[in-house]
Amino acid sequence: MSKIIELKNVNKWFDKFQALKDVNLEVNQQEKIVICGPSGSGKSTLIRCINRLEEHQEGQIIVDGKEISENTKDIEKIRAEVGMVFQQFNLFPHLSILDNCTLAPIWVKKLPKKQAEEIAMENLKRVQIVDQARKFPGQLSGGQQQRCALARALCMKPKIMLFDEPTSALDPEMIKEVLDAMVDLAKAGMTMIVVTHEMGFAKEVADNMIFMDEGRIVEKAKTKDFFDNPKSDRTKLFLSQIL
Amino acid sequence: MNINLIKPNKENLTSFVSIGILFILVGFFDFLANTFLNLNFTAFLPAGVSYFTPIILGLIGLHFIRIEYSGNILLDKINANFNSSNFNALLSLFVIFTLIKFIPALLNWFIFDANFAGDTKQDCTSSGACWVFVKVWLNRFVYGMYPDTEQWRINTSFFILFVLVGAAFFVPTKFKKYLLIFLLFVYPIIGLKLISGGDFGLKYIETGAWGGLSLTFIVSAFALILCFPIGMFLALGRRSNLPAIRYSSIGFIELWRGVPLITVLFMSAVMFPMFLPDGTYVDKLIRVLVAITLFEAAYMAEVIRGGLQALPKGQYEAAKSLGMGYWKMHFLIVLPQALKLVIPGIANTFLALVKDTPLIFVVGLLELAGMVNLAKTNPEWLGMAMEGYVFAGLVFWVVCYAMSRYSQNLEKKLSTER
Repeated sequence: MSKIIELKNVNKWFDKFQALKDVNLEVNQQEKIVICGPSGSGKSTLIRCINRLEEHQEGQIIVDGKEISENTKDIEKIRAEVGMVFQQFNLFPHLSILDNCTLAPIWVKKLPKKQAEEIAMENLKRVQIVDQARKFPGQLSGGQQQRCALARALCMKPKIMLFDEPTSALDPEMIKEVLDAMVDLAKAGMTMIVVTHEMGFAKEVADNMIFMDEGRIVEKAKTKDFFDNPKSDRTKLFLSQIL
Repeated sequence: MNINLIKPNKENLTSFVSIGILFILVGFFDFLANTFLNLNFTAFLPAGVSYFTPIILGLIGLHFIRIEYSGNILLDKINANFNSSNFNALLSLFVIFTLIKFIPALLNWFIFDANFAGDTKQDCTSSGACWVFVKVWLNRFVYGMYPDTEQWRINTSFFILFVLVGAAFFVPTKFKKYLLIFLLFVYPIIGLKLISGGDFGLKYIETGAWGGLSLTFIVSAFALILCFPIGMFLALGRRSNLPAIRYSSIGFIELWRGVPLITVLFMSAVMFPMFLPDGTYVDKLIRVLVAITLFEAAYMAEVIRGGLQALPKGQYEAAKSLGMGYWKMHFLIVLPQALKLVIPGIANTFLALVKDTPLIFVVGLLELAGMVNLAKTNPEWLGMAMEGYVFAGLVFWVVCYAMSRYSQNLEKKLSTER
């Protein structure tokens, strides 16, 4: 399998605070990686650097063969290939569910409206909210909104999907419906990087686990090894607290 | 029978309500006799007490009928809304008595004692308003000094405008876009050409002769349409990452917000021509329009910036993560939401703009209020300031209220909340 994301010695500062310290990471096509760690450990910052919602100051980030740099033209192309799902959904409240899904394909990928709508309906069907297509985000439950956000990202036909704590803002009852949609997506062969505390999901889907603390990748291991036989003490402590 | 006068209760409902109503009626009778018949039944009391007898009687009456859960729906409603405590009862009485005192006087001045017939000031013989003044000058109030024979041109251009705007509500969405473009970019040129003339066999009429309500509309409409996009770009500019754009936007906004409109207009009239090379001439009205537009654009920019700042950061991030660049992000995601949020503020600025137009008198242009001002100094119509300004005020109120209602409708229509 070929590499699709590569991070080499990435450092990132927020003013004086160093959020990422010498992060090295390789992600292969169709690989599923789950990142966990305490809050403030730099998990979100790491995946937000991959589509440059945050800028890194040192090191290289290469996505799909292109290095991410100051060159904005490239950035928009890369972002169009990297889908992202946020903790707070971030649906566009002034647009219907269907328009949320068709907006970027029409305006960024320049698809004809009809084709964009077909793709949108297909993806809405996939996450099982096709019957809500004409409603507005404010009329949907949290779980439905997050599935719509997933469908919206999928409509761009991304090569990589990033998930930034997609279930943290949801009622416990709605977590499962979102995770189910993500499991389906994983089975379909999408490359996924997921920041989450849902360890059940991690065990089911992830190829590799990453544990981060204080801006460093403390441990990276195959999922089974990670849970059965963690190497560092910090990881053991973390796992003992959340499992 | 045990009746506690301090605490009216339900057991003696009928007696309490009858006594209460009696007191209230006596109070009102006293008040009405005082106001309209000049009879003072309570003159034997000291002057200060006598003056307040209606309110005192009313208060006692309202106290007696203040019975909670009486079972009588009307009584309960009155108690809940007008009479929930002694203080509220006092306020209710005060408001009712004030209305009774002033409304008839106002109506008399406006209608019953007003003069409508005739053509000169001498026809105004009764004590009320002299609407003859407005009637005689109405043509000037609407068209200014525009020659009578050419006024059909103003009428026609406004008529076309109304037809186009009306059509915009009914045509299918497909053509709406084109109609809107025509309205915003083509119609203003046609309208202005029709009114100013000079070509196509139309007599040229200089802008100094324009005036009255039609000029109010022309100035307001142009300034409204132009200040909005300029304000939008200034608001975006002020939040830009590029220092040159950011600081020039800040400078522009703070400069124009910091000076009074009247000085800006004065500068545009007196100072600006001095900077122009000899022989070039920019029409007075154009200079005024530019000045008002830029002035209001600075305010508009800050209103819109308020909306931009109210948007959660997540909206920007979601738009970026879908591959949108700066302009797509702003025009598809950010501005539609931000503008919707600040409709009340935008309406506020627009209303202020309409009401600022009278200030163009400093450059010698006379819109509605200016024409009233002119008319009241006419030797044959001295002393008509009240009628003139009341008329101008009413017209401004109607225009502004209509805009306010429209903005409220727009808010409702664009709402996508539950």
